[in-house]
Amino acid sequence: MTSSRWIALAPWLWTIGLFLVWELAVKIFNLPVFILPAPTDIWEAIVKYWSPIWKNSVQTLFTTVAGFLLAVVGGLALGLAIGWSRAIYAGLYPLMIGFNSIPKVAVVPILVIWFGIGTIPAVLTAFLIAFFPIVVNVATGLATIEPEMEDVLRALGAKKLDIMLKVGIPRSMPYFFGSLKVAITLAFVGSVISETVAANSGIGHMMLAAQSQFNVPLVWAGLVALAVLGIVMYAIMAWLEIRMTGWAHRGNRS
Amino acid sequence: MTGFVDIRNVRLSYGQAGDETLALDGLDMSIQEGEFAAVVGPSGCGKSTLMKLATGLITPQEGSVEVAQKEVSGPVSIAGMAFQNPSMLPWRSTLSNVMLPLEIVQPHRANLRREKAAYTAKAEELLKLVGLGGFGEKFPWQLSGGMQQRANLCRALIHDPALLMLDEPFGALDAFTREELWQVMRDLHAEKSFTVILVTHDLREAVYLADTVFVMSARPGKIIERREVSFPRPRSIDLIYEAAFNDIVHDLRALIAEARVAA
Repeated sequence: MTSSRWIALAPWLWTIGLFLVWELAVKIFNLPVFILPAPTDIWEAIVKYWSPIWKNSVQTLFTTVAGFLLAVVGGLALGLAIGWSRAIYAGLYPLMIGFNSIPKVAVVPILVIWFGIGTIPAVLTAFLIAFFPIVVNVATGLATIEPEMEDVLRALGAKKLDIMLKVGIPRSMPYFFGSLKVAITLAFVGSVISETVAANSGIGHMMLAAQSQFNVPLVWAGLVALAVLGIVMYAIMAWLEIRMTGWAHRGNRS
Repeated sequence: MTGFVDIRNVRLSYGQAGDETLALDGLDMSIQEGEFAAVVGPSGCGKSTLMKLATGLITPQEGSVEVAQKEVSGPVSIAGMAFQNPSMLPWRSTLSNVMLPLEIVQPHRANLRREKAAYTAKAEELLKLVGLGGFGEKFPWQLSGGMQQRANLCRALIHDPALLMLDEPFGALDAFTREELWQVMRDLHAEKSFTVILVTHDLREAVYLADTVFVMSARPGKIIERREVSFPRPRSIDLIYEAAFNDIVHDLRALIAEARVAA
């Protein structure tokens, strides 16, 4: 087998390897299920509770994607504004840093006061946490236009808007699509935090309920469901990135 | 006699009041239409500032800058610019990079959509003129440094500027490529007869290409010597090995060495 085939297989082999080691460790040390269930126990729970896992996964996926899409729109808009003007940058940046430093779990109670428990706080928490990396990346792309390029265009009579449309925005797209990969994983963090604190559905809520009933394999099944959703969404974003900004990834193709 | 580019007694400083750097002081130069002018000087003498002055990117605190008998108060779109860094946009093909100014400058901007074919043909012709025929569809990162710099020249010339501003365009290239591009530049100037201001560190480049070489003093910059180079055109590249050529280079070199000591 050639080395490129091995590289293509590597993710699967490592994953299988991890589960094998896990299974063996549980069996060898005879760990009780409420400390660490073996992968086979978790698999059993997945099969047994498939219907609630599926329903709650759909809910979590929905809140995550909704929050993520809001973050894309808001992040893109604010990133462009910040990259556009030094005054907006200087004024908003410290605010954004401060805002981003607040643990989002601390915001959920406020959202609950405003919107009640359920879907809306989960969407908004996902939005709040996913939004920052998008803003920073888009603004960075705009702020790092080569001064020579700007001079060439300005000498031709280009307006700020021309420079943004012709150079700034296309240039910031690799940063933007790169940030989507970070943002989508963060969005999961946000929605699950909110579901754990204040919701009647979603994987976070399901795990909390399972924990209170000492159904440890189901708690772990929830984690597996989150991991699978996370990997799938990340892969979609990575594909989108290559698709939209292939020119910035030429090193991988040639 | 007034020239095509007239810079009179310009004074320009950077920075806040109280903590300012005087970049240019008492700068005077006049360049005729169609003239190839080179500006040389010690580093940090404000040569690049001069570029921005003549294209209207900055305006002087004192004195006046006139291009084509008009006082410069904002960007002059009759100028094309090329820098040492080719700064091609990596998401556009070479051809589309070359055509970028047409999307900015009037009247081309308004006509571009309607007369796309004619403009494309023009850009392809220009690419052929600098030896890049057939490379239009390639992306800039598929071209060598010398080829990118050729494309950069095309981009600076696509809108038929009356004034071409070059800021060390060949500075980052190897010696052979540089000599090739000197000849490309020589031929472009002979064919299109625009006015050129070339800012450079390379004295041989200045003397080979220019009709007039201006020597600038160290900061604050002003012109300390105007030297006419009267070798007949077209100039063969062998010229740079002739004694008369080297004498001029030597003289200029001595002047710059003096200017550096004075600084």
